This record gives sequence, structure tokens and C-alpha cells, in this order.
Amino acid sequence: MYHWRWGVLLEEVPSGGATYLDWILSGLATTVAASLAAWTLALLVGTLMGVLRTVPSRTLRAVATAYVELFRNVPLLVQFFVWYFVVPDLLPAALGARVKALPPFTQSFLATWLCLGFFTGARVCEQVRAGIESLARGQRAAALALGFTLPQAYRTVLLPLSFRIILPPLTSELLNIFKNSAVASTINLLELAAQARQLTDYTAQPYESFLTVTALYVGINLALVALMHLLEGRVRVPGFLHGHEERDGGGAPEVAP
Amino acid sequence: MISIRNVGKWYGAFRALRGCSVEVARGEVVVVCGPSGSGKSTLIKCVNGLEPFQEGEIVVNGVSVGARGTDLPRLRAHVGMVFQHFELFPHLTVRQNLTVPQVKVLGRSPEEAWEKGRALLERVGLLAHAGKHPGRLSGGQQQRVAIARALAMDPICMLFDEPTSALDPEMINEVLDVMVGLARDGMTMVVVTHEMGFARRVAHRVVFMDEGQVVDDAATDRFFAASGSERARQFLSKILTH
Amino acid sequence: MTELDWSAIPAALPLLGRGARVTLEITGAALAGGIALGTVLAVLRVSPARPLSWLSAAYVNTFRTIPLVMVLLWFFLVVPDVLVRVFALPRSADVRFTTTVVAFVLFEAAYFAEIIRAGIQSVSRGQLSAALALGMRREQAMRLIILPQAFRNMTPLLLTQAIVLFQDTSLVFVIGLLDFFGTADAVGRRDGRQAELILFAGAIYFTVSFAASHLVKQLERRLAT
Repeated sequence: MYHWRWGVLLEEVPSGGATYLDWILSGLATTVAASLAAWTLALLVGTLMGVLRTVPSRTLRAVATAYVELFRNVPLLVQFFVWYFVVPDLLPAALGARVKALPPFTQSFLATWLCLGFFTGARVCEQVRAGIESLARGQRAAALALGFTLPQAYRTVLLPLSFRIILPPLTSELLNIFKNSAVASTINLLELAAQARQLTDYTAQPYESFLTVTALYVGINLALVALMHLLEGRVRVPGFLHGHEERDGGGAPEVAP
Repeated sequence: MISIRNVGKWYGAFRALRGCSVEVARGEVVVVCGPSGSGKSTLIKCVNGLEPFQEGEIVVNGVSVGARGTDLPRLRAHVGMVFQHFELFPHLTVRQNLTVPQVKVLGRSPEEAWEKGRALLERVGLLAHAGKHPGRLSGGQQQRVAIARALAMDPICMLFDEPTSALDPEMINEVLDVMVGLARDGMTMVVVTHEMGFARRVAHRVVFMDEGQVVDDAATDRFFAASGSERARQFLSKILTH
Repeated sequence: MTELDWSAIPAALPLLGRGARVTLEITGAALAGGIALGTVLAVLRVSPARPLSWLSAAYVNTFRTIPLVMVLLWFFLVVPDVLVRVFALPRSADVRFTTTVVAFVLFEAAYFAEIIRAGIQSVSRGQLSAALALGMRREQAMRLIILPQAFRNMTPLLLTQAIVLFQDTSLVFVIGLLDFFGTADAVGRRDGRQAELILFAGAIYFTVSFAASHLVKQLERRLAT
């Protein structure tokens, strides 16, 4: 019979100075930091690439498509390994040496940031593209007809509207990044999942540690969903996409071509 | 055969039906008409229990539709229904549309089912299309197949929910002709429709509904002879000018 | 920049082949089980019986909130222990493989369930009415009329999820099970050629996934006509 001992979480770790709960919380902090950092990168790269996939220039479109295909067709675990084990070797000797000399935590965090950022960026790219493409052609035409240059049209009209359309799928990607951060445990990042494992090794009480960590993941999820809900409410444009009827691009008024 | 007594129905706060009562005797053909939103489609869907209702009762051939213990699938197997949008099963061929319900619901053998199906397809003039999928047929053809599908179950009565409303004008008559044939063969029919020509040809009675209530219920001649309610006459004048 | 030496790869191919077999076995089993369980979950979700619908929603939402890594760790560290205690089985690697497959099935089913549910809801309501009007019971109507159409509508999405599943199987790494990637990494470390083996494995995954997703796109175009 299993002996439940929730108090184990408050016991001091062998090396002293912290409790097991502190370890879990530090893992939580790492998860949050890595995920948010990667999300920022993903938004930047993803938006850029998403826009590129919709511009007239064939070359730019091809570049963006290549990016998406590359990062979508390789498993996340493999990508983590490439950033952590392979990229330092492929860098010019001096830079590579500097990277390898960094503290282990920094190396892991850096690799995690880049890996999750570019991986998620590919998915954000597709969302942004879908959002832009779903806008009635009239919006682009109207903006150009008013004399906006293409970049201005994107900045003033297309992107702001697209982002409201894609807030729901973007929320999913944000949730995914937090979940995917767990894979970083394989490249020695001491995030939440890694802490769950470590605790089990140290305390031989797997259920308590696992349940706590699982509950934290659920908690993160709920918090993020609530946050995005708030955001959705704040940026809603009246008369445009009430709720969930954006299947064919919403009610953006058609402008005669 | 069909007894609708004081039926009332709500959708949340919205009152869809209010105190509706209609009697349909065996062999009678009753047309139900009225402006959109009058509740006529809702009412006919209550008859075979596709829509639940909160007040009153409906008895079909001695079986109470709203009663708790009623075996609705069993009842529905013997009440035929034809829908506005045909609702043939697109992943099955015309032949399968006719045979699968017979086999799966009535337990007939595939041979028996096809015997019946073949005869009915011939009757509606579509035997040549038996191997096709519904997507390859015109609206009028699909609706005729739909009628055959319902008849294949040997129903005791047939319910029609705006059977020609989704058809292009040139196809309406081919469907109405089939329905007229059915009526002349003595089938008990309740037909929700705007086709007053059909009503004049074969309906015994016409029921006029407005805002969830039965406003008029009269023999066909009397209904058309301008002796009905003000509302009914207004409605008729609007649709008969076509 | 370090020189890349690919010569270790040809010699490693037999081992890699065995790893590939593990990947394919897990993918196949998880796909079959995941779709089967996913269908059940989707049907329950749209059922008029509230408790069943609620249970299905709870299951799906739970598994979609937790990282796959955690699910695998749970099943690796907890379930075999339970099985051994309850069934007095010998502790062997076999149990590990089975529990891994079960973990994948339970996890992926939640994702398949959402796709299939969307498929069911994409079939026009009139179809259900027509089926019921002919006297079919709800279960019959689902089986004969709604589900076949739902699956036809959702085939491209199901296949795309299958490709995701194929990539997800690489995560068995966290529990020490040697699939294609795990084998490649192990060989790489053994031979001191980790970078090359990782890149090689990545290239293989890329080729398979890219080709598969292209086939799916072609299928999508064919179905749209």
C-alpha cells in the first residue's frame, strides 16, 4: 500500500537551504520565464513570416514558406537537441567556444528560448496568414485606394484586424508553448517537469510530486485562458465578429472593387 | 388517425405553439399553411416527436407521442416524413437510401427491401438512377427519391414539411404530381406548404396558422371561398397573386 | 566550426532500423487506439445525456491541459507499479512498452475527439432528423448516417493529427524507450558523432512528415471537388 506523505514537500532538501516545494516553485518560475520569452520571440518571428506569406513578392513568400515547412516537419524534441547539441558546434570557432563556456543553465535556457521561439513562430505565422487572408479583399483594396503604401496598409488596417480574428487560435498557441516547455527537461533545463522527476528521485514519493506539478500545469492553463478572455473582451470591435462567427472572415464590410 | 389536442411549445422564453388542435382522419389530406414563423413546421415535427412539446397531447394511431414510455423510434418507423431539404443520405446510393432503413429498422431482408424499393422507384420514375449518389440528382429528383424512401417503410400516414419550398419552379410539379397520386390512393397526409394549387386539387381540409396558433380549419372549398378569418384572407391574397 | 563526419551513419543503419520499427509500432497502435477512443469520446460529447457529455468534456479538457511529457512520466513511474502490484506481473521492459502505448492512446484520443466532434457537428442537422424520422434509434443514426459523413469531412484533419502523433512519439525519450530518435542519439553519443546523428534523424523525420503532409494536401484538393 502506498504511504501518502504530503509533508514531504515541506522537508528540506539534502543540500539544505530550501524545501522540496521551493524546488518545485523554482521549476515553475523557469517554466514561466522560458515560455514567456519564447512567446515574445514567436510573436515577432511569426508575425513577420505571416506577413511575408501574404505579400506579392514570390521570393519573400518562398522564404517564409520554407521557414514554416522546416520548423513544422521536425519533431520538437529533435529541434531542442539541434539547438543545444548541434548549433554550438556549427558556429564559428570563437563564438562556439564562448557559448560552450556559458553556465549550463544559461546554455539550456538560451537553447530553449530559441527552439520554442522559432518552433511556435512557425505556427503563429500560419495563424497570422490565415487571419490576413480571411479579411475581405476589400479591406486591403480600401486601404491602398486611400493612398496607404503596402507596409502602411498592413500596419494600420490588416494586422490590427487580423489579430482580433486570430486571438482564439493564438491563445491555443500560448497554451501550447507552456506545455511544450516540458520538453526542455531533456536538455537539462530545470523547469517544472524536470523538477517533478527530480523530486521523485530524491523523495521516493512520486504521487505527491506528480500531482502537485500536474496541478500547477492545470493552474497555468486556467490563468492563461482567463487572461486571454480578458484581452479578447478589451479589444473586441463592435459589429465585427461577435463571439465565434468568424468562419468566413467576419462581417467586415465589402468595398466595391 | 392523428389527434393533436391543445398543443403548446416553448423555446426558452419564446412561445412557438399555443393551444393547437387539429384532427386528421384516416385517408384525409390536410394542408397546413401560414406566414413564416407561424409554427407550422414546428407543429408537424411534433407529430412524430422530432420536436418535444410541453403542453397538450398528440395521439397517432392510438399511440401518444408525448407520453413517457412511448417507443418513439417504433412510432416513427410507421410515420413517413418528407423534408424541405430532401435529406437523402449523401454517402449512400439511391438504392441504399431506400433499402438501408428497411433493413436496419424494420428488419427486412435485403432482397425484400430491394423488391419494395425497386417498385417505388419505378412508381416515381427514377429506377434508372438507383446506382447513383444523391449529389448527382436534381432537387426534384432527390425529393421524389425521398418520398419513395418514406413510402418504403409502409407508413400509415405521411408528413410533408414544405416539400417544394427548396425546389426551382420547373421541378415543383414533378413532385406535386407524385403527392397527388399518393392522395388519390387514399394515403393520410399532412402537408405544410404554400402550394395552394395542390391544396385545391386534393386537400380535404386546409388549416391556417399564424403566430403559433391555429386560426382557421375548414374544408377546402369553404376555405378558398373567402369565408375564413381576416388574417387567412390577407395571407391568401398575398400568395395567390403569383 | 567543427567538421561534420557522416561516415558513422551507414554502419548504424541496422540499429536505426530497429528504432524506426519502434517508432512505427507506437505510431500505429496509438493511431488506431486514439481514433477509436476519440470517436467514443466525440459521440458521448454530443449526446443529449448531460452526465455523459460532461464526462467526455472533462476527460478531453484534462488531457489537453497537461503536457505529453507529464503524461508519459505518469505512466512510466506510476502505472507499471500499479499493474505489478495488482496483477503480480514480472517487472519487464514489455510492460513499459504497453503502458507507453496506453499513455499515447489516452493522450491523443483527446485531440482526435475534438476533430471528430467538429466533424459530427459539421453534418447538417437535417440528416439526423431524417434518420430519426425513419425510425432509427440514435445509436443507429450515429453509426450509419452521421459518423460516416463526419469522417469523410474530417479525413484531412485526422491525417494531419496523425503526422503530429508520429512526431510526438519521439518523446518516449524521456522515459528511456529507444525509438528512432533515441537510437540515433544513443549511437551518436557512443560513436562521438552526436551532431551528425541528430541532424540525420531530423532529416529523416522532415522527409517523412513533409511528404505525408503533401499527400494530405493533395487529398484535400481531391475531396474538395
